[in-house]
Amino acid sequence: MEQHFTDTIDAGRRIEPRDWMPDGYRKTMIRQIAQHAHSEIIGMQPEGTWITRAPSLRRKAILLAKVQDEAGHGMYLYSAAETLGADRGDLTRKLIDGRQKYSSIFNYPALSYADVGVIGWLVDGAAIVNQVPLCRSSYGPYARAMIRICKEESFHQRQGYELLLAMMNGTSAQRAMVQDAADRYWWPSLMMFGPPDADSPNTAQSMKWGIKRHTNDELRQRFVDMTVPQAARLGVTLPDPDLRWNDERGHYDFGEPDWEEFKAVLSGAGPCNAERSARRRAAHDDGAWVREAALAHAARTRNPPAERIFAATGAPDA
Amino acid sequence: MPDQQWPLYEVFLRGKRGLNHVHAGSLHAADAPMALRHARDLYCRREEGVSIWVVPSAEITASSPEEKDPFFAPAGDKPYRHPTFYDLPGDVPHM
Amino acid sequence: MTTADDGAALARYCLALGDDALIYSHRLTEWMTRLPELEEETAVANIALDLLGQARMLLTRAGAILGRSEDDLAFFRAGHEFRNVRLAEHGDRDFAELVVRLLLFSVWRLALLEKLAGAPDPGLAAIAAKGVNEVAYHRDYAARWVMRLGDGTALSHVKAQAALSALWPLTGELFRPDPDAPFALDRAETDPVLDAVLSAATLARPQTAQLGEVSGRAGRDGVHTEAMGSILAELQSVARAHPGATW
Repeated sequence: MEQHFTDTIDAGRRIEPRDWMPDGYRKTMIRQIAQHAHSEIIGMQPEGTWITRAPSLRRKAILLAKVQDEAGHGMYLYSAAETLGADRGDLTRKLIDGRQKYSSIFNYPALSYADVGVIGWLVDGAAIVNQVPLCRSSYGPYARAMIRICKEESFHQRQGYELLLAMMNGTSAQRAMVQDAADRYWWPSLMMFGPPDADSPNTAQSMKWGIKRHTNDELRQRFVDMTVPQAARLGVTLPDPDLRWNDERGHYDFGEPDWEEFKAVLSGAGPCNAERSARRRAAHDDGAWVREAALAHAARTRNPPAERIFAATGAPDA
Repeated sequence: MPDQQWPLYEVFLRGKRGLNHVHAGSLHAADAPMALRHARDLYCRREEGVSIWVVPSAEITASSPEEKDPFFAPAGDKPYRHPTFYDLPGDVPHM
Repeated sequence: MTTADDGAALARYCLALGDDALIYSHRLTEWMTRLPELEEETAVANIALDLLGQARMLLTRAGAILGRSEDDLAFFRAGHEFRNVRLAEHGDRDFAELVVRLLLFSVWRLALLEKLAGAPDPGLAAIAAKGVNEVAYHRDYAARWVMRLGDGTALSHVKAQAALSALWPLTGELFRPDPDAPFALDRAETDPVLDAVLSAATLARPQTAQLGEVSGRAGRDGVHTEAMGSILAELQSVARAHPGATW
């Protein structure tokens, strides 16, 4: 069976839910998919806080649709994790108890409307660099969820960049907001790719199993190379004095993120960790009576009477 | 408080008329009508479907990999079912 | 031929329906990331998006007559210039209030839009016709949830009944005669659907008195609840901090 598993992966074919797989593969896969799902759900919060204050109705509709997509993406991913025998309720419990992580970027505050644009540009940009290779993940349901997510997310980064372009063409106050947001989000965005390869002990095994396709540093470099010209086009300065083109390498050189800050945020000491998980916990706990009521009602009636009512009163049924 | 989770439903979408329903993913719902509506809101945000099926995941009986041989081997030796089995000259029109 | 008076009445009426949708949508978006289950996040977001879309079309229709843009109307009017009913501005204190309020609102709005699909103004008629499908879905969502809560557990029944009693006083305003409306809508026209849902949900139709008015004026006349001030302070904050800016 192990041979069959290894052969399947080596041949670049997908592992599917009922295939035999090593325990380590299953556990690593559940952990990675769950963290990814948690990130989508927690990631709704920083942008979500600006929906009610969006400065135009068009921006409001775009932002609301985007935050809704994030809820959807979280559910696609939980759905993939559940094919491995994980239970969404259990994963949610682990998230709100702090036993499973989510992307550290969402522990930073969204402080102005420019943050909505910068999150779309840098955070979604980094997420896309991370996610595109995952469309070829060795685990079928995860790869399929990622294909769907990447397709839907192409609008997320574009709306962010478009907002920033509009703001950079606007008033001096708007331009200052954009620069300030980029200053705050640049380094945390680089941290989204995880610790340097030298400090990432699980990378080798994950690459062998087709869970990871590129190392953290490779993806980080790819992101920097993509983003620097975009910043120049916007007229935004990235806050790194060491950032310059290296002709020899054919890549941009850049400075080292503050890995101590990364570890602190990851271990729970970021500016918003407590707030983010408290919000998620409150929603889940406050909703318990609602979920329970729906189950009680479903148990009582297998065929809720709504169809009959709307039919009887001559009203159109949706 | 006991935390009861809504059961899992599998969602199948017909992308457009003329196509089969295809598995899209799963979701949680208290009952089938709720699952159907959730499927619309979750899996059809971009008009991906013209028809939706939802099935309780617990009701699905699946072949297991251990059954692979008796279940699928009979098809495995019938390559003539596949169009690529037939080696035709390239100038045959409309094939 | 539309007379100036007809145009002014049409603008006022589109503003009223547009403000209902805008303020209602605002209240729904406050629920994002706080709903009882993830599936409800996408469902409620869809409803909020539908209403926001209706608001944009209605404000644009009104703005075409008044010479103002949708954003100008949404972000640069004062509270007393907003014409939404007070039911739209209520802040839901729990999920029972969310679904009960949505039921009351969408039963009424659907009945209204169905009539308006035949309105004399083709712009308003088209907006209403599109809205009918959307609001029918909102009503379905709300009705099913009211039944689940009313006929769920003992706790959910109490909460649903409490929500209904708390919100009922806000319904009278929905059926006030409106001189700008092309069609009248009587409460008796929406009672059959509402009563059928409440009965299936084992909820009692409240006898509570209607919310008072101020010298005969209420939401449609720009006289709101105190909540309206906080809603607008939030909704308009960024736009007003940067007048003249484009986004």
